[in-house]
Order: sequence, then C-alpha cells, then structure tokens
Amino acid sequence: MTQLIPIEVTVNGRPRSFEVAAHHTLLEVLRDDLALTGTKECCLVGECGACTVRLNDQIVDSCLVLAVEADGGTITTVEGLAGADGQLAPIQQAFLDYGATQCGFCIPGQLMAADDLLRRLPSPTVEQIQEGLAGNLCRCAGYEQITEAVQAVAEGGVAPSRTRAADAAARAGGARAGARTNAEGLDQ
Amino acid sequence: MTAIADRVGGSPNRVGGIGRVTGAQAYVADIRPTGVLEARLVTLEVAHARIISIDTTEAARVPGCRAILTADDLPQPMPRFGPQFTDRPVIATGETKYHGEPVALVVADTKDAAEEAAGRVAVEYEELPAVVTVAGALDPAAPLVQDPALRPDDPLAGSNVLREHRVGWGDVDAAAADLIVENRYFFPMVTQFAIEPHAFMAAPDGDGIRVWSSIQHPNWLQRVIAGVLRLPLSKVRVIAPDPGGGFGGKQHAKLEPLVAFAALRTGRPVRLVLTLEQTFQAVRRAACEVHVRTGFRSDATLVFQDIAADYLIGAYADIADRVVGKGSYPACGPYNVPAARILARSVLSHTTPSTAFRGFGYPQVNWGVESNLDEGARALGIDRLELRLRNLANKGDAFIPFDTPADGEWSQSVRKAAELIGWDTPLPEGHGRGIAVGIKSGPTTGLSYSTVRLLADGSVVVFAGTSDMGQGARTVLAQIAAQELGAPLDWVTVVMGDTAVVPYDQQTSASRSTVLMGNAVLGACRSIQAQLRAMAARLHDLDQSQITVDRGVVRLPDRELSVVEVLKPGLGRLGGELIGNGEARKEAEPGHPLGGAPAFFEFNCTAIEATVDEATGDVTLLKHVTVSDVGRSINPLQVRMQDEGAAIMGLGHTLMEHYIYDDAGRIRNLGAIDYRIPTSMDLPLEMVSGTIENADGPGPYGAKGMSEGALLCTAPAVAAAVREASGAVIRDLPLTPERVWRAIQERDATGQEA
Repeated sequence: MTQLIPIEVTVNGRPRSFEVAAHHTLLEVLRDDLALTGTKECCLVGECGACTVRLNDQIVDSCLVLAVEADGGTITTVEGLAGADGQLAPIQQAFLDYGATQCGFCIPGQLMAADDLLRRLPSPTVEQIQEGLAGNLCRCAGYEQITEAVQAVAEGGVAPSRTRAADAAARAGGARAGARTNAEGLDQ
Repeated sequence: MTAIADRVGGSPNRVGGIGRVTGAQAYVADIRPTGVLEARLVTLEVAHARIISIDTTEAARVPGCRAILTADDLPQPMPRFGPQFTDRPVIATGETKYHGEPVALVVADTKDAAEEAAGRVAVEYEELPAVVTVAGALDPAAPLVQDPALRPDDPLAGSNVLREHRVGWGDVDAAAADLIVENRYFFPMVTQFAIEPHAFMAAPDGDGIRVWSSIQHPNWLQRVIAGVLRLPLSKVRVIAPDPGGGFGGKQHAKLEPLVAFAALRTGRPVRLVLTLEQTFQAVRRAACEVHVRTGFRSDATLVFQDIAADYLIGAYADIADRVVGKGSYPACGPYNVPAARILARSVLSHTTPSTAFRGFGYPQVNWGVESNLDEGARALGIDRLELRLRNLANKGDAFIPFDTPADGEWSQSVRKAAELIGWDTPLPEGHGRGIAVGIKSGPTTGLSYSTVRLLADGSVVVFAGTSDMGQGARTVLAQIAAQELGAPLDWVTVVMGDTAVVPYDQQTSASRSTVLMGNAVLGACRSIQAQLRAMAARLHDLDQSQITVDRGVVRLPDRELSVVEVLKPGLGRLGGELIGNGEARKEAEPGHPLGGAPAFFEFNCTAIEATVDEATGDVTLLKHVTVSDVGRSINPLQVRMQDEGAAIMGLGHTLMEHYIYDDAGRIRNLGAIDYRIPTSMDLPLEMVSGTIENADGPGPYGAKGMSEGALLCTAPAVAAAVREASGAVIRDLPLTPERVWRAIQERDATGQEA
C-alpha cells in the first residue's frame, strides 16, 4: 500500500499541511494535490526545466525532488510571482513586453529560472543570462526574446535590449524598428 | 503599453499572453474534470511482434483499476483511421509494427493505480524481424510493413513502398551539360519535441462525446472521432486548448480514438498524458536519402536536376506520404531549371509513423540539392552566391511548369542576406561562410470560416478555428479585427479551439492561418462594415454610396463618425449586435499533382559565418542571417520570433538531433538526456532576422505565410560554412562534433577535401 507521510510546507506564501505519498515528486504534488498546474511536466529527468520551482533559497527541478524532501520548506511556483493584487512581477511583464512567450509551455520554468538568476546576479551579462537559463528548453526557441526580457528588468537595465533589438532590425532593414510607428503606413 | 501600436503593422503584446506568464493558461494536462480517470499505455520493448495473448487478470485486480482495453475490447473489425490512408488501428491488433505501439490501455482511479496495473498486463508475443532503414525496407526479402489487404487494388501494396511521386519536365537524358555533379545525402529521423507532451482526454457528453486534445486540427479530429464511433459530427465536441508547441506533430489524431473508447466504456472522463519518451514514439520527421545529379553549363547555368529521394516513413501512413509528395515537388528549388526529373518514394518501416514537421518534407531534399549546387560552384570556380543569383527565378517565372509562378522578388532576399553576412568582405583566417535558399509550397487547398460579432459597445468577438500553438495567430487575427472595426485591441476577444462553438477551419498548417483565416476574419469584418454603412445611411438619410467605412471610421459627406457613434443609435433601444461571416477558400485543382497549386511560396535565404575547432570538431556559429519574403508583416515582432525560432530549430537538425535505432527497431535515445535540442547555449553569437516586404502576398494587406522558411535551408548553409572553414566534407546530418572531427581527419589523411 502507498505510504502517506504528513508534510508542512509554505506554498506561495500560504502554509499548507497535508499527506503525500512517499514516492510522489514535488511536481506531482504541486500539480495533482494542490492543483497548481502552472508548473509544467515534460521530460521528468531534470533536463527541460519546465517544472522549475523555488524551494527555500534555490530553484529545483520539481520532477527530481520528492515531496517529502520539501517538508518544512518554502516553495514558490509561477503562480506566486505576481503580487497578491494580481499585479505582474516585473519579469512577467517583461516577458510579455519583449515577446518572450510563444506557446508558453516552458515559460513558467523560464520565469522561475530568470527570477532566480536576477536574485543572484542583479545585472547579468547576455552570456550570464544564457548560461543561467541553459537548463530551460524552449522549442519555440524564443531565447533571444527571453534574454532581452531578462536584460530589461536587470538592475540598471533600462531596456537596453529593446534598443539592441531595434538596432538589429534596423541593420536587417526589417520592419521591427519601425513597427511601433508605421501602423498608418498601411493606408498608402 | 500605449506606446505600442496595436493595429496591423504593430507589435502589441501577445493576445492571451497574461495566462502564459502567470501559469493560468490551461493546457490539456491542466484540465481536470470531476471524476476523471487516469490512463496508461501498455507497450512492448520490441518494434515488430506477433501478439500471442494478453492476460489482464492480474492487472484487473489492482485496486482502483477500472478498465483495460485491448484489441478484443474494441469493435471488430478494428476501426482504423488516418488522414491519407485508413490504416492506423485504434490499438494494435494481432501485431505491433513499431516500438511503442500500444497493445493495451489501462484506466484507473489514480496514476499510481494505472501505472501499477499497466505493469501487470502480461503480453505474450513473438518478436519478428523489423525493417528500420531504407535499404532494409527495399530488400526483396524484407518483411512487409503494410497490410496488403487494406489496399487490394494497389500494385505497390505488396511492397514496402507506399507510393511513388514522379515530377518532371524537359528531357534530362538529352540535356547537354558541361559539368555533372552527383552525390548522395542523408537526413536523419528527428522529432518535433514540443515541450508539451501530447495529451488527450475524453468524456461521455449526453448522447455524444467530448474530446480534449493538444491538437492543431480540431475539425479533422472531430471527423476522425465521428468516424470510429459512428456518431454524427454534431455529437462530437472537440475542445482544443492552445497546444504547448505543435510544429506539425500535433496535426493529426493519434491516441484520441482509443481514449474516446475508454471514456465510453467506463462512462467517465478519461485522460492520457504521454511522457516525453512516448511522444518520441508517437511523432517524428521522415528520414531521407537523397541522390542528386545536377547538370551545369560552364557559366554555372543549370541544365538539369535529377533527384531521387527515398523518405523513410513509419509503420502507418499518417500524413507522411503527403509530406513526401508535397515536400519533394519543389525539390529543384526556386530556380529556373530547363529539365528536371524528381522521384520521391515513401518507404515504410517498422518505426514511429512519421508525420508533418515544420518544413513538411522539403528540408530533407533541400539539404542535398543546395549542397550539390555548392559542389558545382566549387568545381566550376564560380562564387556560390553568384551561381544562385544566376539561376534564381524572377517574379512571374513559371519555374515549376504549370505551378504557381514565382510570387516574390526573391533575389532581393538573397542579396540582402548576402549583404548582412558580409559576403563580399574578406574572410578571416579559419572562418567559413555559407549561403543557401529554400522555398516551401504554401497551402494547396484550404477552407476557413470566421464569424465576427460587433457588440453593442463597440467591442468585438472573433470566432476562428485556428489553433494558437505559439505562432501568435490569436494576436494577428485580433489585430486584423481591431484594424477593421476600430476597437482597441484589448476590446477584442478571439474564441478558438471548440468545435461546438467555432465555425469550421480545415487546419492549422502550412503557414496558412494569417493568409486563409486572416482573409476569413477580414471578410467577416468587411461584412460588418457593410452593415454599418447601411445603418449610417438609414440614420442620416443618405444613400449608401455616399458613405464609406474604413478602419473603424464611418465617413459621411460632411463628417466622420466612429463605429460606436453609428452602432449605438443604429442598434436602438433593444441593443443587439452586428454579425459578420467570412470565408476563405482555396479550391482543389484536380489536374494538379498536389491537388492544387500553392497559395504562396515561403522563400528564405540563410547565410552563416562559422569557425570550427579542429581539435574537437565543435562548430561555432559567429553569425546566422535569415531573410524571409513575408509580403507584409502584420506583427513584426511575431514575424521575427517565428523566423528566429525556425532558424534555431533548423540548427537542431543540422548540428545535433537524430534518432538512434537498434537493429530490432528500438529507439535507443528516447527522451531529453540522450536527444539534444538547442538550448540558450547553442545559439549563434549573432542572429539577424530580416524580411522583404513588397505586400505581394494573397493574405490581408499583402501578407504571405511565414514561420517555416528559416529552417528550409539551415543545414546546407551551415555545412557550407563548416566546409569552407575546415575543409570537412559531410553529407550525412547532423554535423556532430564527432562527424566534423572525423571529416577533418579524413581531409588530413587524403591531403585534400574528401
């Protein structure tokens, strides 16, 4: 028979006490027992990063952590990033503003990893961002936009990336640099 | 974000984006109806086997086990389905034909119980020889993959060739060439690897059934379910939440029919969420062996192309044979070629059924064809860019006879890519450059309906059966409606993914939705504009001819009114709404080999600069340029995202991705550890995505489809750069460090490029 073990955790600021199966991962418990389905399930071997959550003072692949190991811990999932009033965290808003979300399935994990990176390195370089998020696969491959979004909320980062992207688009002769202003141009 | 224009040509934040950053976006696996049962597949650790018996006694004893379905529990003869051939059984019957084909489905109260019961299903089977390569499948002594009884009138039914596709013009054999270059190229099996593993759910729904699926084509699925369950379409409701990535792998039905039978059997909702490993066993791209013979004149003008491509498809056809036919059709590329002979074969094997995957069969053949052009240029001593420009079709050229003529100023894309990579600038020591082009035929037929409702306050609801799997269709369609009806973007709601609510759409594929569904939405909005004109005429006692409605402004002879200023008095005290219907149709052309000429071509030019670490074989991409002819960017940021995303996906099959099969037909690198896709550490040091926009597409405002272009020619461009940088000659993808290193050793051993 399945052995049930009581645990106490704080999830997104809320204390919870409940019993978990000894063999269930933190990912399963978050999704199935607590209905926090923002944390995603993909590879189940700690490679894709879709299940990334914050446990105490570090991020973990919740598919590789048994729920009982989280006993006594403090957990933050993607649902806990926004303020209690629903106000998006700056990193969430930046992901929207910079087009970092496409299909969206990897995004909860990307956000948790980006949030952790910015706690450790408030002003990361592009290389540090790419290395910091290397454990989070995005098959839409929005890596450039994700990097730009992280740069935009970095300390002292007054959206340098927007300028960089606009410059790149201008060099490419692409429409992006002019995209913000040329809506009327279609009438010609 | 008032600074961001939210109309056509602007890049507003993604419509539906907030749920994607808060975790609220519900994918299929996140939806949990009351009383839902969990299902698990029972599969065998072999590819091809005769099933002798399945004993479910022990499994049924597991507490919480509710049902076990095997072939014996389904209607006889076994219902089959498939978009091209009705060959795929709902569950393996009598034998398995590929590694991972389910032989039983276990349904239980919990995942744990389902898992345990699935492990207790005892299957007695006899392993049979499997074919897993083109050569193996074509061996006259090879076991037959297909069941000849399913296609009794087909002369190929007794072979492992499902179909042959022959295209040609001119006389290849009589063509006089100064140089003939002949080579063989290989493109391996790769998988879509959407980060969302496929998920399916079904529940009895009154006298019908409701099916949830992470599917790109909900209306196709509705038809399949109605067919196997013998229900009218109106009794099958398909809910298709936004897929977490599709890339073609989620176009057609896979395990939904099986889950539907399980729901009817148990009378409860049943869900099946595949593991990533099972998704590898469910969908992949066809491998391809391409033999290319190209004839050139000494001035590098093309004389002929003689192309034979054997695509290794899987155990059931799925849409794979269409992939082969359509992908190989433009195999000669965007060039004027006087004589061509293309033979493409769909070769069946005991492997995962291959299906649609971004690029739809073209990247495989283009890997060989573009690489062979470089071989010709090298032999003739002519610049590779110049060779391409010399042969490129001009706009309007019937470069494929009887097909859609060249529909873009393609040389603009090539010249721009060349400029961006600095083709004419001196090449630093140890660096190499490559340039390649690709075209993909857009949709050859299509049908999209849209209903748009202009509500009494001027807000708008758009109904569109397109699936937004990340490409951003919801945003683009909302932008079109906002543009035409004058509503702010956040007053536009787009309803998708429910066949009981949303009108028919044929499919979300072939980069069609901006063009076809975009035109349907545009048509619906224009219908509402006509109603507004009539309303304004009535209100202001004018003739309709005196009034125009343009982009949300109603122009009377003496003044301009907003839509709402006409709508509110026009609707009157009872309120109500205006409803517009739009339709975009691309009819079939029975005489055309593809069933219709493409609505547009996706054209891309990719240019690469790379270095190679000779000690390790590691390739560094210094710069990756892609230029796509998109007609008109309705949302430039989304265009860039799709273009870059395709380019990086192309780097996956170019540099690292491939299935490894053993002789018994088992995939040895299932899952994320042993099958690598590009991460943020695998990006080019600099990536530039450019567009050519001449508003010459068939979609709204001159848009063409895009989002596949940038992976059509990634591999030949990268390989060319690697060769120039290192002398390594590689004709088998992917260009792993080991392969590159070995090619360098071979170069050194022979004293010349191999």
